[in-house]
Amino acid sequence: MSLLRVEALSKEFGGVHAVQALQFEIPAQGVYSIIGPNGAGKTTLLNLLTGVYRPSAGRIWFDDKELTGRAPHHYAAAGVGRTFQNLQIFFNMSALENVMVGRYLHERCGLVAALLRFPSLARAERACRAEALQLLEFVGLAGYARAASDSMPYGALKRLEIARALAARPRLLLLDEPAAGLNPTETQEIVRLIERLAARGITTVLVEHNMKLVMGVSDHVLVLDYGRKLAEGSAESVRRDPKVIEAYLGSEAQAHA
Amino acid sequence: MPAALRTARTGGMLALAVVIALLPLALANNYFYDVAVLVGLNAIVCIGLNLLIGYAGQISLGHAGFFGLGAYGSAILTARYGWPPLASLAAATAGVALLAWLVGRPILRLRGHYLAMATLGLGVIIAIVISNEDQLTGGPDGMSVPPLALFGHALTGEKAWYWVVGALLLLAVWLALNLVESPGGRALRALHGSETAAEVVGIDSVRQKVMVFVLSAVFAAFAGGLTAYYSGFITPGRANFLHSIELVTMVVFGGLASTFGAVVGAAVLTTLPQLLAVLKDYEMVVFGAVMMLTMIFMPKGFVPTLTARFAPGERK
Repeated sequence: MSLLRVEALSKEFGGVHAVQALQFEIPAQGVYSIIGPNGAGKTTLLNLLTGVYRPSAGRIWFDDKELTGRAPHHYAAAGVGRTFQNLQIFFNMSALENVMVGRYLHERCGLVAALLRFPSLARAERACRAEALQLLEFVGLAGYARAASDSMPYGALKRLEIARALAARPRLLLLDEPAAGLNPTETQEIVRLIERLAARGITTVLVEHNMKLVMGVSDHVLVLDYGRKLAEGSAESVRRDPKVIEAYLGSEAQAHA
Repeated sequence: MPAALRTARTGGMLALAVVIALLPLALANNYFYDVAVLVGLNAIVCIGLNLLIGYAGQISLGHAGFFGLGAYGSAILTARYGWPPLASLAAATAGVALLAWLVGRPILRLRGHYLAMATLGLGVIIAIVISNEDQLTGGPDGMSVPPLALFGHALTGEKAWYWVVGALLLLAVWLALNLVESPGGRALRALHGSETAAEVVGIDSVRQKVMVFVLSAVFAAFAGGLTAYYSGFITPGRANFLHSIELVTMVVFGGLASTFGAVVGAAVLTTLPQLLAVLKDYEMVVFGAVMMLTMIFMPKGFVPTLTARFAPGERK
């Protein structure tokens, strides 16, 4: 059973085909990685899969519900969460509040209850705060709970984004280059975090440059090149695919191989 | 100091209540009471406007229009149609809420300068309509307004109004603080921080923006209606573009995303022109200068700058 299904998906930017006629299914279990050289269309694809971009053509189903053309918050409500390659932190809030925002879909947001601060809302707020703290702990940021997010180091912000996305309790979590710009130790922490996500039963889509990371944690790999599907399969089969080797290392490497 | 007193909700509310309670000791005559009442009424508008500009990060250069509609709506219903003042005030405020909702849906899809221009246009239209519909509004000459009657008693005199407005100001502060510390309020601040990220965690940005736009319009219209009853006379000047700029200046000077900042901004910038009455027609120069100096020397505004200086690192 697939969780997310994409049919003939295309995105053009003024004549540039960033994503072309993509077709694939993301299974309901495990870690699904999307790799490809720079400019292959990976981030464009993530933006399409979360409603940030509208596709030029093609359709997207999540859990057998069509979401093509819907706004991002509909994707979120359906159970799709994501992080950003270029951080999108709410820098006007503390780390804890960033995660609490992530709980938005699961909170009662009635205006009157909020303005008059009904006791039920005050209780829900305490529960929300407690859950946000747990999530900060889960991603290893317990010490930053009260910190202003604009004073936090880059590596911590990467994990803060994951905690915020998890707060929405997504069924599918898309991580856009979670290890980009991190040192080897921090990258190892991210790898462990991804493994723990899988253990929680959250289907994870990983867009990454770091091949070692991808090959280590992925159950399934999709390779993009110039917006098209180049190869798809298990990490092992993709690694040996001559087309993939060519795209990554150039055709000479293939000649020597 | 007990921890509870250090939070904005309890500590700040208490401090404001003490100021309101003790201020009459310093108010020597009715003129001072009059200024204090105007401060309170402007502060209510600014608290609402700050929810929109400071917290949600959406500009409005047309809020004097909502203020004016609240004022004229209340005045017209009471003076021309004989409605009871409280019913007029409620109806005018509800009417403005409806208008803000209708207009908000299309224009809040705009961002930055475009939203500024659209709200500016809205404010200008309202001001022109008020000026031109002289059958109803008295035109540029203004119109007189009967006093506000509460349960059969006419509310007159600066002192009585002082306590009513003081209580309403506390209520407005309480409502705003509550909203900011709620899921919906966090959603507003999230929109300000990163609209894309907010959408991706499930926040319907247009809906949230329309909600806060309507809410801020309600604050403005309500305070506008009260101002009409208090003053007993209103002119279209209160609905025009310059008044919108005054309101934005109060919010920016006091501090964006600071409810108490909005109160301080309204207090300083309502009082200052009174002190500088000699400037007469150059009054607006003060607002321009304050806006420029605030941007240069304390872009975060008065209250947040002070808070940062005296309580470094104190952030929730």
